[in-house]
Amino acid sequence: MSTSTETIEQLASREYKHGFYTDIEQEVIPRGLSEDIVRLISAKKQEPQWLLDWRLQAYRAWLTMKEPTWGNIKYGPIDYNNIIYYAAPKPKKTLQSLDEVDPEIRRTFEKLGIPLEEQKLFSGVAVDAVFDSVSVATTFKARLGELGIIFCSFSEAVHNHPELVRKYLGTVVPYTDNFFATLNSAVFSDGSFAYIPKGVRCPMELSTYFRINAKETGQFERTLIVAEEGAYVSYLEGCTAPMRDENQLHAAVVELVALDNATIKYSTVQNWYPGDKEGKGGIYNFVTKRGKCAGVNSKITWTQVETGSAITWKYPGCILQGDNSIGEFYSVATTNNWQQADTGTKMIHLGKNTKSTIVSKGISAGHGQNTYRGLVKIGKGATGAHNYSQCDSLLIGDKCGAHTFPYLEIKNSTAKVEHEASTSKIGEDQIFYCRQRGLSTEDAVNMIVSGFCKDVFRQLPMEFAVEAQKLLSVSLEGSVG
Amino acid sequence: MLTVRNLHARVAGREILRGIDLSMRFGEVHAIMGPNGSGKSTLARVLAGHPEYEVTEGNVLFEGEDLLAMDPETRARVGVFMAFQYPVEIPGVNNSYFLKAALNTIRKHRGEEELDAMEFMTLIRERMKQLGMDEVFLTRPVNEGFSGGEKKRNEIFQMAVLEPKLGILDETDSGLDIDALRVVANGVNAMRSAERSFLVVTHYQRLLNYIVPDVVHVLSDGRIVRSGGKELALELEDKGYSWLEEPVGK
Repeated sequence: MSTSTETIEQLASREYKHGFYTDIEQEVIPRGLSEDIVRLISAKKQEPQWLLDWRLQAYRAWLTMKEPTWGNIKYGPIDYNNIIYYAAPKPKKTLQSLDEVDPEIRRTFEKLGIPLEEQKLFSGVAVDAVFDSVSVATTFKARLGELGIIFCSFSEAVHNHPELVRKYLGTVVPYTDNFFATLNSAVFSDGSFAYIPKGVRCPMELSTYFRINAKETGQFERTLIVAEEGAYVSYLEGCTAPMRDENQLHAAVVELVALDNATIKYSTVQNWYPGDKEGKGGIYNFVTKRGKCAGVNSKITWTQVETGSAITWKYPGCILQGDNSIGEFYSVATTNNWQQADTGTKMIHLGKNTKSTIVSKGISAGHGQNTYRGLVKIGKGATGAHNYSQCDSLLIGDKCGAHTFPYLEIKNSTAKVEHEASTSKIGEDQIFYCRQRGLSTEDAVNMIVSGFCKDVFRQLPMEFAVEAQKLLSVSLEGSVG
Repeated sequence: MLTVRNLHARVAGREILRGIDLSMRFGEVHAIMGPNGSGKSTLARVLAGHPEYEVTEGNVLFEGEDLLAMDPETRARVGVFMAFQYPVEIPGVNNSYFLKAALNTIRKHRGEEELDAMEFMTLIRERMKQLGMDEVFLTRPVNEGFSGGEKKRNEIFQMAVLEPKLGILDETDSGLDIDALRVVANGVNAMRSAERSFLVVTHYQRLLNYIVPDVVHVLSDGRIVRSGGKELALELEDKGYSWLEEPVGK
């Protein structure tokens, strides 16, 4: 007689839907990492001297750093000299318009549900499409331009708006920040840049879609978003990769800067290839994301739905420097099969009356290991600071694990810090109850899981909330039968 | 509509049901009574297909079909509903969303059109009115933060919406005060019809003052030791269960 536990074991494996590979002509550089490689990447991108110097400083700093080992994750050694640090679809010629994007690449994004023709997109979303190391297309540029909004690839920003890039690059995540961020600073290839001028409310969602395609290549993108005084922007990031037996490294950096009264909402739906059922292959996702609420009354919200990657290591945080500024972190992280996630946030309260909210939902199935790691730091000057943290874990089956590591550093006695945590198991009772009402086990699990994640999904823009929910049910498929 | 023959079942290796025979016709209400540990709730759960219970012998026919061969969701879809003794909480899942999903799954199975949001709301508003329930029920998560009485009432409400052919009430009266008991009983009575049967599992005769059964069965040690009319329940109320012990050993 089959019990729900057995059935739970079975629901864990619909195929990864984005695992295809696009066969296009690639321009790759030799594998390995050296000053020459850093120079080569910079030269390929025709960068100014100051940026090359910045990269080289980062590279030299990186040589003195050690890969961090404190994460609650296990993986074999990464050979940094066996990675290709730059791969780009071979440009046929310089693109004058979106119509000239290589049809193969266009088809790739279409297959992923990201058509690059503007009329086919959700009317409310502008997309920057990054394929391996370079941005291949950015939509709605002209319309945004009318409002003074800059939304383009990072490389383009370096050429067209060097003063802005130079002013803000590395101000939130310095090139000495940590092993992976420093590596990224040395070799980053492309990413997105968004700038919202004073008083402008960005009328559409900005979105970057990252695709790793090339073999044995790492993706090191860098994103920088600046919201001037009183500006508002909502930004979404999505990502996928082909299915491969070897592990691929992804080490991105995202920096956000919100000035007085500005708001940035940054949402991620991370769906890198998670590896197969035996734990072979998958992306190693080591990411540094941080926002600075530099101005008074500024607000940064991180929302993430992490369903992919063999390993996820990321802690999107907020530096709450401006008085009355607000930082929020809403996260759903799923680990199924052999996936491992060590994720959470850092909320650094520096300004007065700063507020932060952390809502973390970890779901583990199969042999998945899910760790929440969060730091709440209240500085000496942060009078009246307030943090609320809620960390819930949901276990599906009995071979997975959930772990919670909250860190508190409080240097101001007026601080108010609340922490709630819970761990629950999808009970056979819950599943049986749903089945007794006519629902299949799979529908029951999806319903229970989406109920569990509701507080986070609510934060996502509508279309993406629907997408995220679907993704979650796919990634948990097979964990119950 | 329901025929149970020589049903044996165990849980965690322990035999609880030791040969149950029971026959119900459409439109009938049967009460299952018995002391604690006699197997009343086990019988309800086995009929609903709870995965922890293992049937070791016997068979059950529901409208001529082999009920035990069906998985729990199929049993629900063909018209077997169990009101839980301990209704389960499903945090974050909206009560009406849950019920709509359940109803449409069942309707689909019956070959009926699925209800859209408007039609569904019309239906449940009507049912809520019948049961005197507050509409805030709908927006709250399934059973979360409900009092014991609210949970039981929610079970009857779900039953009224899903309209099963066989309603099994597993100690629905336990923990209810007299007012809540009356509401629950009225809900059940309003649903009684020639096309629907109820199996009412209860420890106390009290509920049967409101839901008057056609047949009362007394369970002891996993077997039905007495069956009779509604007077049997009153007799039990009077004498307790101990006087039944003797015939068991016959």
